[in-house]
Amino acid sequence: MQIHISAGSPQSIYRQIADQIRQAIVCGNLKVGDSVPSVRQLAKELAINPNTVAKAYSELTRDGVLEGQSGRGCVVASRKNVFSKAERVRRLELVLDSLVSEALTLGFSYDEIQERLVKRFEKIGPE
Amino acid sequence: MLIDLAISAQGLTRYFGDRVVVDQLDLGVPRGSVTGLLGLNGAGKTTTLRMLMGLLTPTRGQSQLLGKDSQQLTAEDRARIGYTVEGHFLYGWMTVRQSEKFQRETFPRWNSAMFESTVRRFGIDPGQKIRVLSRGQRAGVSLALTLAAEPELLILDDPALGLDPVSRAALNETLLDFCNEGLRTVLLSSHLLDDVERVVDRVLVMVQGRLVVNTTIDDFRNRISSWSLEVPPASRAINAIPGLVFAKQRGGRTIVTVADSDAETEAAMMRIGANSLERLPITFGEAVVAYLSQSRASDSFFANTGA
Repeated sequence: MQIHISAGSPQSIYRQIADQIRQAIVCGNLKVGDSVPSVRQLAKELAINPNTVAKAYSELTRDGVLEGQSGRGCVVASRKNVFSKAERVRRLELVLDSLVSEALTLGFSYDEIQERLVKRFEKIGPE
Repeated sequence: MLIDLAISAQGLTRYFGDRVVVDQLDLGVPRGSVTGLLGLNGAGKTTTLRMLMGLLTPTRGQSQLLGKDSQQLTAEDRARIGYTVEGHFLYGWMTVRQSEKFQRETFPRWNSAMFESTVRRFGIDPGQKIRVLSRGQRAGVSLALTLAAEPELLILDDPALGLDPVSRAALNETLLDFCNEGLRTVLLSSHLLDDVERVVDRVLVMVQGRLVVNTTIDDFRNRISSWSLEVPPASRAINAIPGLVFAKQRGGRTIVTVADSDAETEAAMMRIGANSLERLPITFGEAVVAYLSQSRASDSFFANTGA
């Protein structure tokens, strides 16, 4: 996969990297067990500070998206549930709560929210 | 736990006549970091770097490089520190190779491979005479001469000044390559905010001789936000927004940039008649420019904080 970053974007560079890797996994361009470039290699390729790449990778590792293999760099983790069912539900509820309250505050109706959610799902969700 | 600092300063101050150029600068640059020093021309960046290098005596205060007092650096200490300024002197009649031979005499360590790869990156053939090189390529030779001595600490005063885009890219790659092991420390001043965003870990912003931002680049980004308010132009109430960095008019609206915004900040913005408060995306460059555009920054509580 090819990662593209741009400086001078409202998104920080580490966020651009993390999002693109998540996106590639969701779209199937990166599969379980595929390795991602090493921190040093990607930093060199993109001509950016290695700590920026390391920060993106450590977030992805923390979230169970990547896993480190000693000496071999990071690979895409199998979607094992690092969290218990209850914890997953709790995390989902948390996001939903803020989504719903934010959307209502902004004056969107139930139907509008639902419609946009479906569109979003079609755009970035699995096929 | 004390962080290992490559550069530190306490109350570093310099007057020229009765004008203060660097004002009470407290600084700590962790070893292994790449730090960008930003500020308008005349903000005191070069004066700061010259004091750090021991080339200029501070009026008050002190600084240390690699744990040694800046004013008492020995030749051995200096061999561990690389310093380049714009217009580094090079003999035009020498070839690039000859200038390397000339320079290496004076250094205990010399990494020829580093020299070679750096000049190549700037598209230079080492057999070329310095006279025929472009400005960007001369900067490349200058940088290569500094890096080949394998300094632990590299201080660059506006290395990108006047460079074409290709040389700028070569400069970024060279610096990143140089720091690859994470053991070397770089402090560079620059006006090229996009390049700085790519290369640095930490950001220092100087406004009128004072250090107003000193933190990691991520912390800086997280703590700055930009908002669009519907406020009558020139409303004095804007100055009451906590953490205000800069406000400007755009169309009928006021765009404010604030540091460390929280519920109180939002409440304050609502209070002053912002019927339609809107949070705007902000880039690293815009956040820096907000700081550079104002002179109230010396009152900012954003100074000298950070991870």
